[in-house]
Amino acid sequence: MVGAVDASRVGSVFTGTPPFEVTRRDVVAFADAVGATSSVHRDVDAARAAGYADLVAPVTFAVVVAQEAESEYIADPASGIDFSRVVHADESFAHRRPLVAGESVTTAVHVDAVTTRGPLTLVTTRTELTDAAGDGVATVVSTLAVRGADA
Amino acid sequence: MSAPASPSELTDGAVGDVLFTREVELTRDRLVRYAGASRDFNAIHYNDAVAEQVGLPGVIAHGMLTMGLAGSALTDWLQESDPRGVARVARYSTRFSRPIQVPATGSVTLTITGTLGAVDQTGDDGEPRVRVDLRAEAAGVTVLAKAQAFIRV
Repeated sequence: MVGAVDASRVGSVFTGTPPFEVTRRDVVAFADAVGATSSVHRDVDAARAAGYADLVAPVTFAVVVAQEAESEYIADPASGIDFSRVVHADESFAHRRPLVAGESVTTAVHVDAVTTRGPLTLVTTRTELTDAAGDGVATVVSTLAVRGADA
Repeated sequence: MSAPASPSELTDGAVGDVLFTREVELTRDRLVRYAGASRDFNAIHYNDAVAEQVGLPGVIAHGMLTMGLAGSALTDWLQESDPRGVARVARYSTRFSRPIQVPATGSVTLTITGTLGAVDQTGDDGEPRVRVDLRAEAAGVTVLAKAQAFIRV
């Protein structure tokens, strides 16, 4: 039925996901998958020569960190989100700086909106990524469209 | 941080100029690689039976794979003239307008085009930005809508 998503969770914040340790293997495998060919993703010396601490994650890598954290909310049955009826509606990244291999990233997932549009329920989360020094690295905003049972 | 040279097309180009294009062959192999690299193991991205069960015509690409491929076309282009090109991307956003069906064998071609969308933009930090508009098409259909990147200049 439409409206099964629990709208009372808007405003909730989820911080229970352990820190995400970004490895060199993570960066290279992701760069291969999305066709990011620059040496800063693959060659530590090239990354360091460009002023980075280590291999540079591709521009959408933060979604891996965000989706792992979002699952604390999305996959919780109490949220009322049937993942088999979900499609991705939109995605947005705001980067203070790129993520690099070797760092540990903590997350806070904010449930910003649950709105109904016809047969769809739109669920918007905002995940704030913070580095080990406590500085914000990136903000990932994601909207999922959940189809009602009859849609 | 010093201000490195911009790709000259970003600062000297005209709105509407095509900055780069890239074609990528989307295969099941790439979908499985992306699933592993992103840890997104939704079966609609590798199993036809599951995809059909939920009303899809067959396996579809992850929207985030398409967004990632377009992002790589952008950052690889930025990196050509600036070793810190990736760090220039302040914002990148899109809507997913249409799914891309990917056949069990063979491939479907994704065509990515980046154009200069707007100059004289300003970021949240008050610093200047230019907007690059990204277009992604497969089988003649636009699959990303309003895909925009705001670049530090």
